[in-house]
Amino acid sequence: MADSFEITDAMRSAIGIEGPQWPVEFTTTGIRSFARGVGYTDPVYFDVEVAKAAGYASLPAPPTYGGIPVFIPGKCDNTYGFPMGGNARVEHGLKNLLDGGTEYTYVRVPVAGETLLQSSKVADLEVKTTKSLGTMLLVTSEGTFVDSTGVVVMTTRGQAIYY
Amino acid sequence: MPTYDAVNIGDELASITKTPGRLQLVQYAAGSGDFNPLHYDADFPQAKAIGDNIVHGRMKYASIGQVASDWLAHTGTIRSISCQYRGMDLQGMTFVCKGVVKDKRIEDGAKIVELELWTEAANGQKTTPGSAIIILNA
Repeated sequence: MADSFEITDAMRSAIGIEGPQWPVEFTTTGIRSFARGVGYTDPVYFDVEVAKAAGYASLPAPPTYGGIPVFIPGKCDNTYGFPMGGNARVEHGLKNLLDGGTEYTYVRVPVAGETLLQSSKVADLEVKTTKSLGTMLLVTSEGTFVDSTGVVVMTTRGQAIYY
Repeated sequence: MPTYDAVNIGDELASITKTPGRLQLVQYAAGSGDFNPLHYDADFPQAKAIGDNIVHGRMKYASIGQVASDWLAHTGTIRSISCQYRGMDLQGMTFVCKGVVKDKRIEDGAKIVELELWTEAANGQKTTPGSAIIILNA
């Protein structure tokens, strides 16, 4: 828990810098695995023929599913699977992390068989103080998923709380 | 199967009750790619400090998405869905995923329904409050 914390110019310089694109796969196996992990029973997320009958080209991504980043040992985080260095680094020195919130906005629903390219950036930094966590840094990130022609399919917004 | 004319503000969506144990959380870890041991390793120091493994916040986010998806039954699309992570749920504890119709309106010809969604712990706390914007086909 930090007693005091200030956003430096160096931290602020990370805002708005778009990280490199990384391929994110939506596969039938991946979508089934996510739907199973959430606890879905809707066959549209498991059975390709049922999905097609519902109007999809293949299994659709369930709400809040962002696909699986292509995992390359040494280039991706071994715990979360995300490519390392996706965001500009904010060197804040705070050790504890909580997820604050998440938003997905869809232009269309990704379906199995697609590989999208994701990039992200730090959108905002803010310092807040609460009784339970003390002084904390809120890092808002924005992600953009585009198809192979560069057209945006979906965007995400998330808040990480460092304290 | 919701249609714009039949949807009313205040309509409650079918709720989903969940009691995810470590097996379910391992399955979610595999599906999502989030292998933070806080969610499945009972000996992980942070889990010991909290008292048990905690449910992935994103699993609860996905679960309020499941409430919206089950209600929508593929008769429209989800334009956006968001949530905040306000409280922890421990593995093996029951929480209920709920939703209610907050608003409906037509914008540029699109039949829009706004949902309030949340997970609710046994003590009544809304641990994952959220919302979604839906566009209905009919």
